[in-house]
Parts: sequence; structure tokens; C-alpha cells
Amino acid sequence: MTVASPATLGDAVDILGDGNDWHVLAGGTDLMVEVNFNHRHPRNVLSLARVAELREWRETPTSWEIGAGVTWARLESGPLAAALPALAEAARTVGSPQIRAAGTIGGNLGTCSPAGDGLPVLSALGASVVLRSAAGSRSVPFAEFMTGPKRSVRLPSELVTGVSIPKTEGWQGYSKVGVRNAMVISIASACLVIDRGSVRVALGSVGPTIIRATEAEAWLNGINAVPARAVNASVAREFGERVAQEARPIDDHRSTAAYRRHAVSVIASRLLEKGTRE
Amino acid sequence: MNNETYTLSVNGTDMPVHDAWVGESLLYVLRERLGLPGAKGACEQGECGSCTVILDGEAVCSCLVMAAAAVGRSVATVEGLNPDGSLTDVQQAFVDEGAVQCGFCTPGLVVAVHHLLDSTPVPDAMQVKEALSGNICRCTGYGRIIAAVDRVVEVRKGSRA
Repeated sequence: MTVASPATLGDAVDILGDGNDWHVLAGGTDLMVEVNFNHRHPRNVLSLARVAELREWRETPTSWEIGAGVTWARLESGPLAAALPALAEAARTVGSPQIRAAGTIGGNLGTCSPAGDGLPVLSALGASVVLRSAAGSRSVPFAEFMTGPKRSVRLPSELVTGVSIPKTEGWQGYSKVGVRNAMVISIASACLVIDRGSVRVALGSVGPTIIRATEAEAWLNGINAVPARAVNASVAREFGERVAQEARPIDDHRSTAAYRRHAVSVIASRLLEKGTRE
Repeated sequence: MNNETYTLSVNGTDMPVHDAWVGESLLYVLRERLGLPGAKGACEQGECGSCTVILDGEAVCSCLVMAAAAVGRSVATVEGLNPDGSLTDVQQAFVDEGAVQCGFCTPGLVVAVHHLLDSTPVPDAMQVKEALSGNICRCTGYGRIIAAVDRVVEVRKGSRA
């Protein structure tokens, strides 16, 4: 096993494309657990610790461009939290302060777990994932990025360099259910975004990928409830039930499919009530 | 051979790591190769916080840092808090308030408390709980640990006045 620690993005993608089977190391909060327990034996590790440009973010007139190396700690408070409150709420639920100081949004995308806390937010906000290889860059809408549990369209020669999050106009919020309040992997999560009166909702940990509940969205947007602020308790409950019908949960060591479906229905319903009340 | 020799900056000192497998965690290297056993290994998966160190100014779990990827970064451990070996005010407060029982979690908690008070000299109750939420203690029930933090805050307030 070898470790490479390039100082620039250009060097990083040159190394990644040399055909030597590199495993990318960002904050280490996923990879090192597997290495410590002998579950993974990477042949070569490409550490991004020295690539300062990945830790930058900027605002454009229409979007937020966030580098893959931005940590959860930097997303949970400060200017990014004010701009992207749902992402900040998701960031605050990641692990512990120690994990949030190390773990990055790019790592969430690289690992691409259905339980990745930031991923439902990127889905509901309509974010795109920026990928770069030695041959060039491309931008992939999140809806096309994730293809299964820990699977994505990222090629081995490509590095996740950041996300592009279009600006929205309206409320956004995130909710997560786990076995306790801190230091927990989600059993079900959801992000709801109201953008110019139209609702989008994305679900985590209730399927092989992050799921956009597009049929529930269409139902709700069809009855024109949100701009009219006509979301009463029965509309919110039905919305939650419709969202849960689009979930594809499984039984595993963390929860049952039935509980996940129930939980995601409740949090989607509550997010809608909260978002239309505030 | 997969082993390499590299140098880490720990507590302000350059420390060579000889002939080491590069997949080793910083926790392992500190304890087994550099003679710094203050950071404790328990869960090895970032859940317990007993291995907390300061890496480039941030409190992190050293079990989740690949040591060979920490070259060029600044590592501070519990041993570096008071290089002369005396107790820091936080450590003394842990003793005085009975916040140490089995002691296994203590070094990680001490590093986390110093890190909190460096950035937030007068934290409120929620800030203290949040800052310590990544450090698991199975003996104390946390009451005495929080009392120790409160004591340090009061003493430091007094010394600033």
C-alpha cells in the first residue's frame, strides 16, 4: 500500500488517472473504519488533505459552489448555514463534533451511502455533482449521480471536486430519525424544499438510493396547496402517506422496513407543516 | 515492502516514524511507535472520542486519521498540553470534581474541553454538552465532567477579572 498526498487538484487527478487503482481519502471517517477493521485493503490511497482548493466555496448570482473538501463543521454554522439551512441541519446530525471536523461533503458523495446525511438535501435542492479527471470536468445532476448503495456514475479516474447548488426561493428543512439524538446513523431522513411555491422532497435511508418522492410532489403541487398556504393537518398527513408509498425500505440491522416507512411518512408530513407555517 | 519512513509534527516536535505500514492510524502510530499513549484506543471507528487529538487546530478522532497522510500537518496530543508534566487547569478540575472514575475517557475529554474553551471561553450549558457529545464516558454519567468544565470556566473568569 502506498499513500500519495498531492498539493494541487491537477496533480490529484493526474495521479487518480494513472491506472494504479487509487482509493480516495478525504476526511477518513468512512475509509479508516474499514481499514482499522481489515474490511478493506486499498492498494493505493490518494489523500486530499493537502489540496487547499477543494476546501473553498463561493457564491454566484444563481448558485452556491461548494468544494468537496468543505467539512460538516463549516456547513453547520456561519455563512453557508445561513444560505443553506437544510444542509446545515443535516450537517449538525452527522456523527460527533470530531467527525464533523474531519468529514466532508465530498466524502458523503464519494461513499454514496443511502444513509449519507447530506445527500437528501443535495437531491431536494437540485444540486449537481462536479467531477474532474485528467481529461476534463463534467457536472452531473444528483438525480443521475447515485445509482445504488455506495454506487455512483463517478469513474475510477474521476474525483468529486464539489457540488453546485442552485439558489432557491423559499423554505427548506431536514429531518432525521435515529435510535438517539447524537452520534447516530439515520434510519430514515428527509429534506423538503419549497422553491417559488413548488415543493420538492427527497428521502434518505429508505431505499437503495436517495429517492425523490416525485408523485407525492406532483399531488401536492397539483392541489396548489403551498402557495395558498392551505396545508392543513389532513393534507400534511396524506402527503406523508404518499411520500411513504414511494419509499423502498428494507429490513436490516438498523431498523425494519415497516418502521422506516412509518418514520419517513411522519417526518415528511411534519416538514411540510413546518415549511408552510413559517 | 509496503513500509515507509515519514515524519510527523507532534506537539511542536518533528518525530520520525520508521519502517511503518502506511495504512496505520494516527492513534496507533502515536501509541505504538512514538511512545505517546495518552490518546486511548477503544472503538477504532470514531464513536467514542477517547482518541481525540488536535489536528491543524481541529479536534478529531486520531483513529480515523491515516498517519501517513498527516505528514505536514500539526498534531497536538494530551501529552503536549503541559509539557512539564504538571496538570492543566482542566485536568486539575477533573480531579477536584471527581470527573475521573476509570479514567479511560479522560484524556480525550480533556483535549475536547481545552479545545472548547480555547474558542468559547464562557460556553453555555448546551455548548458544553454539544462539545462533549463525541466523547463517551460509561462511568460518571457526565454530571461531574460538566461540573469540572463549569469550575474551569469560573476560575478562568476570576483570573481575567
